[in-house]
Amino acid sequence: MNKKQKKMLVRIIISALLLIGASIIPKTDSLKLVRLPLYLAAYLVIGYDILKKAAKGVINRRPFDENFLMAVATVGAIALAVYEKSGDFGEAVSVMLFYQIGELFQSYAVGKSRRSITSLMDIRPDYANIEKDGNIEKVDPDEVPVGSIIVVQPGEKIPIDGIVEEGQSSLNTAALTGESMPRDARMGDAVISGCINMTGVLKIKTTKEFTESTVSKILELVENSSSRKSRSENFISKFARIYTPAVCFSALALAIIPPVVRGLIMGLGAEWHVWIYRALTFLVISCPCALVISIPLSFFAGLGGASREGVLIKGSNYLETLSQVKTVAFDKTGTLTKGVFEVNGVHHNKLVNEKLLEYAALAECSSSHPIAKSLMQACGRQLDRDRVSDIKEISGNGVTAIVDGMKVAVGNSKLMKSLNIPYLDCHCVGTIVHIAINGEYAGHIVISDVEKPGVKLAISELKRVGVEKTVMLTGDAKKVADRVAADLGVDEVYSELLPGDKVEQVERLLSKNKKNEKLAFVGDGINDAPVLSRADIGIAMGAIGSDAAIEAADVVLMDDDPMKISKAIKISRKCISIVYQNIVFALGIKFLCLLLSALGIANMWAAIFADVGVMVIAVLNAIRALKTS
Amino acid sequence: MKKAYKIEVDCANCANLMEEAANKTDGVKSAAVNFMLQKMTVEFDEGKAPEDVMPMVLKSCRKVEDDCEIFF
Repeated sequence: MNKKQKKMLVRIIISALLLIGASIIPKTDSLKLVRLPLYLAAYLVIGYDILKKAAKGVINRRPFDENFLMAVATVGAIALAVYEKSGDFGEAVSVMLFYQIGELFQSYAVGKSRRSITSLMDIRPDYANIEKDGNIEKVDPDEVPVGSIIVVQPGEKIPIDGIVEEGQSSLNTAALTGESMPRDARMGDAVISGCINMTGVLKIKTTKEFTESTVSKILELVENSSSRKSRSENFISKFARIYTPAVCFSALALAIIPPVVRGLIMGLGAEWHVWIYRALTFLVISCPCALVISIPLSFFAGLGGASREGVLIKGSNYLETLSQVKTVAFDKTGTLTKGVFEVNGVHHNKLVNEKLLEYAALAECSSSHPIAKSLMQACGRQLDRDRVSDIKEISGNGVTAIVDGMKVAVGNSKLMKSLNIPYLDCHCVGTIVHIAINGEYAGHIVISDVEKPGVKLAISELKRVGVEKTVMLTGDAKKVADRVAADLGVDEVYSELLPGDKVEQVERLLSKNKKNEKLAFVGDGINDAPVLSRADIGIAMGAIGSDAAIEAADVVLMDDDPMKISKAIKISRKCISIVYQNIVFALGIKFLCLLLSALGIANMWAAIFADVGVMVIAVLNAIRALKTS
Repeated sequence: MKKAYKIEVDCANCANLMEEAANKTDGVKSAAVNFMLQKMTVEFDEGKAPEDVMPMVLKSCRKVEDDCEIFF
């Protein structure tokens, strides 16, 4: 509990004691002068701030808030007690007391869940160490220019992305990825900010400014997530704006119209005090706290619970969309498969294997495609890039280049067709890279990818949580794509797609979905950015270090675990269902009690339950969204 | 220019009201309040100094939520 809460607790206890004292004094006229001050003291101890806030609200021309409602209701109840000469102010004091107990409870519960969420996201580095004249100086990470050398001691966080210049250590990436295995870092390795240096001193040459570093990007994402409001949140804030004034005026009408009608038209007793009491009860019930507090809290808890699982969701609107996902489309390479291709064979070649591999690798040397990387790796030695010129990448087909003065074309069968070079197909399943030198077929290299462990289980898990269709989109050959899809249990496969085709295919899938059936696209974010942003919801996997993916995606899975997709859907469903439960429950009880109070069946005690009780239950329900397992 | 400030606010709805109030303050281009992190991010209008704008922001926030606090 913080200072404010402790103070409130003391006020509650004092007020409760005064109230008990006042109510055990026998209700005789002779003791009236003892009871009255006790009630008044109890009321002022517990309610002075509410009265103050209500007055301020009126002065600032924002009269219709819960403070105003409470002030009017309790002051009204006291006035009635004076009018009726009952001397029973217990009701007014209790209403205020219970209201404050509810508020205290709510603020305590919210503070607690907030701390448990934020402590998990505590990755902000406070300083960077810079070496100056042999001394280490602590500076604000904001002030470190690109290319500076920073020193990271064991136990410290890496503040800025960079490359290790000196030293060797293992890094704890748990705060970023949820992955507990430490990662090794040695000279020449790129390291990302937010990791904790565990064993050795590292000297790091920064490659980015602090604001562009991974840790800042992630923090920005997390911190801005609440500014993207969901439909339910917008509904509630609009609702609250109309609701409170509407209720105030209905209460006023309830206090005036029935007595006037009874008195003037029906010729009965006006019974003003009865109707004013009902109107005051009406006001207490009507407080919209349960909704305006529990709905944002549910979303906060949902987003927090998700980030604890290593799933960053950019806003509560995406949480809402995620819960309606019925189709999940996957990119194949890097998402379903490791994207680590290995050369499995070299066929139909006239040159020696190594020579052919070398030419292929040289031609692909500037490409970032996984296939290019595996060719270079298979080649096994440092490539002399000066031997290559005129590199042309033909998206979705391959590469042509001049290597050692020879025209080398490296790519799939489409490339060979477009160059009119007869090629030989391969009986092996895998990606076939054909090579032509000076317009003549020189053989092909078989490269195959490895499926990620756990993907198959992850896909069946998706089906279990209610995803109706899984789709795989890939630029890869049909044969490979079909085999992978059959292996993993994916429903539909679209293969041999160029990057532009993927967007078209996603649009086609989108048009097939009904209004409340959303499509999620899962990619690794390297070349999927357009598709990620086109889908209803874009999910980037293993995106740490890839700025493009963090920007384009709506949901970022911090580690590579495909199981997290179904987990994220489950979290979102739970959160949304809690939101609906709270809306229906709170409004249901409120309207029921409003009706009962207007009819005179519900008294102030029922009103307190409808206000505080409903709020406490709704807050407790909202906090459930934080628990993800 | 964009700056982040630590704030103290008790309830989620008050945070929303603060956000609304801050957005309506002169010199503020846009403001966002993150209740969970107890943080307010303010983007200032071109040529406005945060030192001049922030007291105004606090003032308008106090109007909607009496006991809120912004540390600047």
